[in-house]
Amino acid sequence: MTVSAWTLALRAIVGREVLRFVQQRERFAAAVVRPLLWLIVFAAGFRMALGVSITPPYETYITYEVYIVPGLIAMIQLFHGMQSALSMIYDREMGSMRVLLVSPFPRWYLLCCRLVAATVISIVQVYVFLLIAFAFGYDLPAWGYVTLLPAAIVTGLMLGSLGLLLSLTVRQLENFAGIMNFVIFPMFFLSSALYPLWKMQESSVVLYQICSINPFTQAVELLRFALYGQLNEIALGWTLLVLVVALLLAIIGYSPSRGMLSRRAAARGE
Amino acid sequence: MSPEQTLSHMIGTPALAVEDLTFGYERDGFHLDRVAFTVAPGAFTVLLGPNGSGKTTLLLLLTRLLESRQGTIRVCGFDLRRTPARTLGRMGVVFQQPTLDLDLSVQQNLRYFAALHGLSGRRAEQRIADELERLGLAQRRRDKVRVLSGGSRRRLELARAMLHEPALLVLDEPTVGLDVPTRSHLVRHVHALAQETNTAVLWTTHLIDEIDPRDQVIVLNKGRIAASGRAAEIGAKEGGGSIAQAFQRLTVDPRPAEQVAS
Repeated sequence: MTVSAWTLALRAIVGREVLRFVQQRERFAAAVVRPLLWLIVFAAGFRMALGVSITPPYETYITYEVYIVPGLIAMIQLFHGMQSALSMIYDREMGSMRVLLVSPFPRWYLLCCRLVAATVISIVQVYVFLLIAFAFGYDLPAWGYVTLLPAAIVTGLMLGSLGLLLSLTVRQLENFAGIMNFVIFPMFFLSSALYPLWKMQESSVVLYQICSINPFTQAVELLRFALYGQLNEIALGWTLLVLVVALLLAIIGYSPSRGMLSRRAAARGE
Repeated sequence: MSPEQTLSHMIGTPALAVEDLTFGYERDGFHLDRVAFTVAPGAFTVLLGPNGSGKTTLLLLLTRLLESRQGTIRVCGFDLRRTPARTLGRMGVVFQQPTLDLDLSVQQNLRYFAALHGLSGRRAEQRIADELERLGLAQRRRDKVRVLSGGSRRRLELARAMLHEPALLVLDEPTVGLDVPTRSHLVRHVHALAQETNTAVLWTTHLIDEIDPRDQVIVLNKGRIAASGRAAEIGAKEGGGSIAQAFQRLTVDPRPAEQVAS
């Protein structure tokens, strides 16, 4: 197979996911409205209750809305990562995954293509959100929109590969509520998305420790620093580590000898 | 006929060669036990077996959705385990479950698949036009798959499986859920296809009436091959003339009868 065949397959897989996403307008709307609600309603309410002091990367006192923007960007990517896990499970149940897997490309490559597709779509959502937030008067440093991009690629890939790994453990298509309760909410609330970790430390050391090791916290911090043109090396390191480990485990889990896609069918002896 | 197909025809390499294929564990009864058979280029071969005979396991192994530690699968001489890309590239598959994207158009579905098999640009468009024409779907090119009937969807899946001109076409109970006229139309169509394009076909079913007396038949029962040969020959040897009786006799489970006797 030539290089062009590989890029052709990548473009086709990303193209299919984008087409499917565009057709589900409600999903797109929900993905953008959700963080906007947090920003406009929730943050406005908490503005009085929470003051955020000067901590890096911020150079002045900031309002609470400014504080939670990176957390909301990460939330969009977290939701989309889980959403694409769900679509992997759906494809597996409905059989369209088989069409992908009988193509002559190795599985690890096909999984990576799906991961790239999920990341691309999550980044589109992030920028649409930032555009609307800008229209509402929440503006960021102009360069922040550019320096955010590489960070959003890394965090999108990391949260997407956690989604791939999760899609292995969920046996069949269930509703989104389970993932919501047991993955999204804990990851989101036990992180630095809504409150700085030093505040958390004041109330509970155990919770603080859990928050610190949560990969989602690392993603939020990477995005937060990137928005202000800075690189948080520790956050980048942890995010990359989680990305690599989750992706490797997912690739192992999806290998043909493990028969993840068909174990049940074979067990039924059909 | 592609040069490669001609060549394999001349030197006698089968389109599909399965040897010693075993899957499962002895303690819970093999799903497949030392299965071996070949399909010649251009031959229409029916894999016949009751539910639970191991047909689906065999199909999963052939399409590499599962891997077995024992036995080999070769397509046009290429080993599926050693050279999966080359082997899968020579195989077209129609799955039992519908696998089209309902909200995408006929054309979008086919382009996606073409790209996954390395066909792009004008070549892909040409192949898509040819296959749609052959299956009488040319007018539906821009329609969403959701508005197509069950029969048309199946034909579209067949068109899709033929886009990259495979040497071997594998169909897993392709007539499930289709009405009788659509079913017989599909059976006739795939027979014609095998002849016109010299594509070897492996068609799995549990329905006797889909078999033509001239077809090659492999009867699978409880993970083993119970009989193989031309339908008419198997009928003559095992069933007093009819493949239906032969199938009945070959796949009947003797145990319930014994239990009744005792």
